[in-house]
Amino acid sequence: MLEVSGLSKRFGHFPAVNQVSFNLRQGEILGLIGPNGSGKSTTFNLIAGAMRPSAGSIRFEGAEISGLPAHKVCHIGLARTFQIPRPFRRLSLVENVALAAHFGSSESIAESEARRRAENALETVGFSSMKVSTEGLGAAALKKLELARALATQPRLLLADESLGGLDHAEMEHAAAMLETIRTRLGITIIWVEHIMGLLMRVVDRVIVLDHGEKIFEGLPEAAAKDARVTEVYLGHART
Amino acid sequence: MTRVDIFLLEAVINGILLGGVLALLALGLNLIFGVIDVVWICYAELVMCGMYMLFWLHVFFGWPILLACLAAIVGVAGLGALLHLLVISPILGSAPINQLLATGGMLFFLQSLATLLFGTDFRNIGLRLPVIELGDIFISYSRLLAFGTALIGAIALYLFLSRTYLGIAMRAIAQDREIMGLMGVDQRRIYLTTSAVGGALAGLAACLLVLQYDVHPFIGLSFGPITFMICVLGGLGNMIGGFVAAFIMSQIIAIGGYYFSIEISYVLAFVFFIVLMFLRPQGLLAR
Repeated sequence: MLEVSGLSKRFGHFPAVNQVSFNLRQGEILGLIGPNGSGKSTTFNLIAGAMRPSAGSIRFEGAEISGLPAHKVCHIGLARTFQIPRPFRRLSLVENVALAAHFGSSESIAESEARRRAENALETVGFSSMKVSTEGLGAAALKKLELARALATQPRLLLADESLGGLDHAEMEHAAAMLETIRTRLGITIIWVEHIMGLLMRVVDRVIVLDHGEKIFEGLPEAAAKDARVTEVYLGHART
Repeated sequence: MTRVDIFLLEAVINGILLGGVLALLALGLNLIFGVIDVVWICYAELVMCGMYMLFWLHVFFGWPILLACLAAIVGVAGLGALLHLLVISPILGSAPINQLLATGGMLFFLQSLATLLFGTDFRNIGLRLPVIELGDIFISYSRLLAFGTALIGAIALYLFLSRTYLGIAMRAIAQDREIMGLMGVDQRRIYLTTSAVGGALAGLAACLLVLQYDVHPFIGLSFGPITFMICVLGGLGNMIGGFVAAFIMSQIIAIGGYYFSIEISYVLAFVFFIVLMFLRPQGLLAR
């Protein structure tokens, strides 16, 4: 579904992402992990079109998408969530999601259809009431809103950036279960960046580990936990 | 009611009527700044272009006034979009000072172009509207018409920004530019639409002002600085703030004009602005 090859991004002389390559299969949940500054978010930004790569190729369902502007990447079926939710505080809950439904769809849809899709997406992530102000939403609800906005664009690939950050244990369990549900019920392929390793390792099919912008491991979660370099670079950092 | 009270009341009413048109201009300038984050110093010059369009279409080519007004609104909307494509779009990522210099340069370009094409003659559309007499109070029908139309324009803009997804996207992009692209919104399209809507508001203001003022290449200077002051006073980019500030400034001008003279009233308005900038530099209703 997604083929990333030789992907690089330099900021001046600093290589934020360096020659990263990986493939993603349809229906998979791929974990993308690494210590702070390892290049996870930059990789997300490159795939989502928020940044242009310095080199390399990103092919989505056979078509080259590297360098496409973000709105076009969204139209062809990729959506992303943010580590720190960024709702439009002056808009209502439904308006926040309906905007994504209306503009993020590949085809032109009526405003009534956008609203229907927005309400569906909000229901999917667990909002029981649509008449909630975005002002008073807590961390868990904001994460749900973030997810609903991404789902409203009807993506085939979801880039989920730290969906568990800032949540308590029960909320984390719920959020992780939600990602599994999105995969199984909606058939959406997911790349998931996360710092909470226990839950991620339980949910993902495969894991890629980045360090200093380079891929140092790709394989099954159990293998990652036993890999000496991963333990040294990633888990070693986590324990300090 | 004494004669003094009546004249004062007349001045207050005229201030409210003037406030309507100034509010319309402030809405246009604030909309563009709020969405695109560039201050169009040359905004009032678009009004001047609209007044000339209306003058030539109605007086020279004999178009009916309403058709000429419609053409001027569409024409200035197109001019706004063109200005965005040719001047603003290439400098979107530049330093604010460069953007100010570029739009300031456009001000002089448009003034000079108008002088070159039409000379410095003052031209009048020649439309004489009646004066309404309410007891001892006289109200200019053209001002009343301008106020009513400006209010309708402001309500239409409010409905567009709150009821259509394109309008909601404009409000949203003013809050977070980066995320809009990732939600599938083409920023360039939103910016272009905003420039056209801002231009259309300037075109509408031109239709209303041409009923009260002569057209000449420097007519923009009569409204540009005061519109900019109103926007800053209300909180740059804050449309409600700009709307309120327009009526405050217009009352200072009207009441100051009644007690002193119109020149002194503008001095008072500027002094009020400067004092407010010391007390509340972020503007009256800044968030």
